[in-house]
Amino acid sequence: MTGARASRTTIALKLGMAVSGFIFLGFVLAHMYGNLKAFAGQDAFNEYAHHLRELGEPMLPHEGALWILRLGLILSLVVHVYCAVVLWRRAARARTTKYVVKKDTGATRASLMMRWGGVTILVFLVWHLLNFTIGKVNPQGGATDDPYLLMVDTFDLWWMTLIYLVAMLALGAHLHHGIWSAAQTLGWTGTAAKRQRAKTFGFVVALIVSIGFSLVPLAVLAGIITK
Amino acid sequence: MNLTLKIWRQPDASSAGAMHTYQLADVSPDMSFLEMLDVLNEQLNEQGEEPIAFDSDCREGICGMCGLMINGDAHGPEVTTTCQLHMRSFKDGETITVEPWRSDAFPVIKDLVVDRSAFDRIIQQGGYISVNTGSAPEAHSVPVPRDDALRAFNVATCIGCGACVAACPNGSASLFMGAKITHLGELPQGQPERDSRVVNMVAQHDHEGFGGCTNIGACTAACPKEIPLDVISQLNKDLRTAIKHGH
Repeated sequence: MTGARASRTTIALKLGMAVSGFIFLGFVLAHMYGNLKAFAGQDAFNEYAHHLRELGEPMLPHEGALWILRLGLILSLVVHVYCAVVLWRRAARARTTKYVVKKDTGATRASLMMRWGGVTILVFLVWHLLNFTIGKVNPQGGATDDPYLLMVDTFDLWWMTLIYLVAMLALGAHLHHGIWSAAQTLGWTGTAAKRQRAKTFGFVVALIVSIGFSLVPLAVLAGIITK
Repeated sequence: MNLTLKIWRQPDASSAGAMHTYQLADVSPDMSFLEMLDVLNEQLNEQGEEPIAFDSDCREGICGMCGLMINGDAHGPEVTTTCQLHMRSFKDGETITVEPWRSDAFPVIKDLVVDRSAFDRIIQQGGYISVNTGSAPEAHSVPVPRDDALRAFNVATCIGCGACVAACPNGSASLFMGAKITHLGELPQGQPERDSRVVNMVAQHDHEGFGGCTNIGACTAACPKEIPLDVISQLNKDLRTAIKHGH
């Protein structure tokens, strides 16, 4: 026996990133489903948002289930960011003298963007929560207590839609490499065929998520979704 | 062929180094990359300049001693070792940048020579099986399924050259470790020490200062022995299993 050394290795940190990453994947898929309710109209969208707060009642208090989910997400965020920072610093120390010429043959652009792409998503997350959850800022000065109206007023502005589209591009790239990378870290890709399947799955899910989220802001801007 | 060579020169481990530019004329396209450097060194000798230090041994692509970063690719533009790379892979008049492996775990000893003892120390932590010596046991007494034997043989071709570390943007040695873990883990003789092997080797890897793997895949693209990326999945799986077993 060598004590608890295995859980203090770089691979254990990667496992932390993989598991928390998959929790986020589950969240974004559910979030995307909720957003797409916007196509069913104001009542369906607001009913869904309202029901999230009543989920589990009367067994759980008002917003009880929501807060359990939120705590899980906050914990995942702490784990994901902590592991990323430790691994980023390790990688920086592993090569302090840079190459004069370096090609990254065999690497996808998405795989090389993971860290700065992750920072982009984190900055966007703060912006997004201030916009819709914590701050409920209506950039047009209109209603803030009606989720549907807040959403339409936000994406009616072209620059708001642009910010969200850039964020979804970053999220798509992050998922494109992140999903297959997490599968590899969990040891699920032990053959060439399984690796290819994981990469294809990651690409398809990344496409679904980034397009699925982008549809609503684009539809508002195009006048398909209106007040 | 006429070439412009930009080569890293560093007198010893404690001195600062810099890129130096050399002109080399009449290079045959049939020369290997190391033979081209030999010709350059003869020219430097004649001029009374210190020849460029670089590692090489078998020059047959099987020992893992040579290894240079050539124009940003470990072992140059072909999937092979530096000694098996030929000048026909380059164009007449080309400028070629030659650097040593860059990894803080592989300190530069002189010019293009790096100290790869970190790999030896990782191997000492578990890249072996413990058996009593004596007369060789009957080969058929321990049957090995064909597919397992093939996989073990394929990844046992790793020559420990360090190209995976050199190519990795994180400076990780995961492909090297994965090759050893998979090679021994596929065989019955590797089972008794399977958990302690992965835990000790990864702990030594981290201790040496190599970076963590982010599954970019630059390692496998640079590997002269084409070790596939799935050995890193195997490495991760073995470590996860070891954690489950209480290590």
